[in-house]
Amino acid sequence: MNKIETNNVNFWYGDFHALKDISLDIEEKSVVAFIGPSGCGKSTFLRLLNRMNDLIPNTRLTGDILIDGQDIYDKDIMVDELRKNVGMVFQRPNPFPKSIFENVAYGLRVNGVKDSDYIRHRVEESLKGAALWDEVKDKLKVSAYALSGGQQQRLCIARAMAVSPSVLLMDEPASALDPISTAKVEELIHELKKNYTIVIVTHNMQQAARISDKTAFFYLGTMVEFGETKRIFTNPDKIETQNYITGRFG
Amino acid sequence: MINNRKHFSQSIAFGTFRFLSLMVAGILFAILGFIIYKGIGVINWEFLTTAPTDGMTAGGIWPAIVGTFYLMVGSALFAFPVGVMSGIYMNEYAPRGWVVRFIRVMTNNLSGIPSIVFGLFGMALFVNYLGFGDSILAGSLTLGLLCVPLVIRTTEEALKAIPDNLREGSRALGATKLQTIWHVILPMAMPNVITGLILAMGRVSGETAPILFTCAAYFLPKLPNSVFDQCMALPYHLYVISTSGTNMDAQLPLAYGTALVLIVIILFVNLLANALRKYFEKKVKTN
Repeated sequence: MNKIETNNVNFWYGDFHALKDISLDIEEKSVVAFIGPSGCGKSTFLRLLNRMNDLIPNTRLTGDILIDGQDIYDKDIMVDELRKNVGMVFQRPNPFPKSIFENVAYGLRVNGVKDSDYIRHRVEESLKGAALWDEVKDKLKVSAYALSGGQQQRLCIARAMAVSPSVLLMDEPASALDPISTAKVEELIHELKKNYTIVIVTHNMQQAARISDKTAFFYLGTMVEFGETKRIFTNPDKIETQNYITGRFG
Repeated sequence: MINNRKHFSQSIAFGTFRFLSLMVAGILFAILGFIIYKGIGVINWEFLTTAPTDGMTAGGIWPAIVGTFYLMVGSALFAFPVGVMSGIYMNEYAPRGWVVRFIRVMTNNLSGIPSIVFGLFGMALFVNYLGFGDSILAGSLTLGLLCVPLVIRTTEEALKAIPDNLREGSRALGATKLQTIWHVILPMAMPNVITGLILAMGRVSGETAPILFTCAAYFLPKLPNSVFDQCMALPYHLYVISTSGTNMDAQLPLAYGTALVLIVIILFVNLLANALRKYFEKKVKTN
């Protein structure tokens, strides 16, 4: 069962043709990694999946992007509803200047949830899901800025989980973290796979190899190759892929 | 040798810079010192709490203090919503293009208009056309117009200082643009917005020309009862008792006393702005 399907996606920033004819399908409850050198279009493609690029003026898209069989760029789609279903974790931890509790509750509150018992329950569940509960359960009222970078990133993952998405997009979620925090986030991704479809952009090829089921290699706005992670890293079809994963460029 | 000469010219240059900077600070101290020296003699409880008497040659400045306070609050009530909402529109909503550029050029020009012209405009629009008469309402609106550009600019700058990844983080959770602004962006921007507003109030409290034709009374024995009443104001009172009157020798010390009170109020307003900003910053962090 394909959770996400994309057909002939092209995308422009002004005159710049950033994505060229990308078609790929992502299975439900799998982890797909996008790899490739800076500026190859992998983050741009990721941000199309929750329409984050709508926030950037002067862009243009052709092709289809379907989630659960529905065209997410259809006129009838409520973008805010889409973004609830397709959560996102950013490169740099970006907690709000609020307490730990309020950070996680934020998504529920802005989506109209008033029931405080339910909110408390979801906050606890999400923090547990993000493997942060034990570290913060005694200081939920403390500012999120008091947490370490790695904790902040797991808080941002909990925040995304609180609104019950089915897809999680992660844009280099560990690139600003130290190795121990990175390991924790990777472990968490492994755990999250049971319940979520995860798309992760990463610069770190070992990371892609460790955590993903499938890997897509992007280069200069095209998707060069897409397949089982094991095969991509051991026996790629394309010479560009091989050059990149063996560290000859990038 | 060459090294020495370089070193020498550098000392001369920095010495000059330092001297000029200190001179600026010195001028401020000279003004303050002069006003305090000349004015402190008349400051007492009676001066602060009673109305002028004997054709302005004796008595206090209480009605002018109250009037200045009313005008500050009144112009803030106008300039705060208008300025903050415009600033939000320009930084968060308006598409980058000629509309925003046009509004920005216009607000910048607005802040360059001489204040006496604001006074004339306020008289034409608020006093005569809208029929508010010479009143606190007309004066507040005129002063509000005068400081709106300042509030817009500080609001815009406060919003610009907030990193985009917080906006994206909020939008990615399904929050609308308005929710994002209301719950994340504004609480963070508020300290700087409030500081800007209070500094604008400081400026308003010292303006004379805009209230000359719209509000200020030469002499009122009692305090105003409504926003449609005239009021006295410190800067205008200062102008009046130092330029016209029956007994200059008696009036001049009162004028310095008035100036001292005005300066102390402005100083206090600036300190308040600082304290509030610190308070808000603390609150935002722990909330």
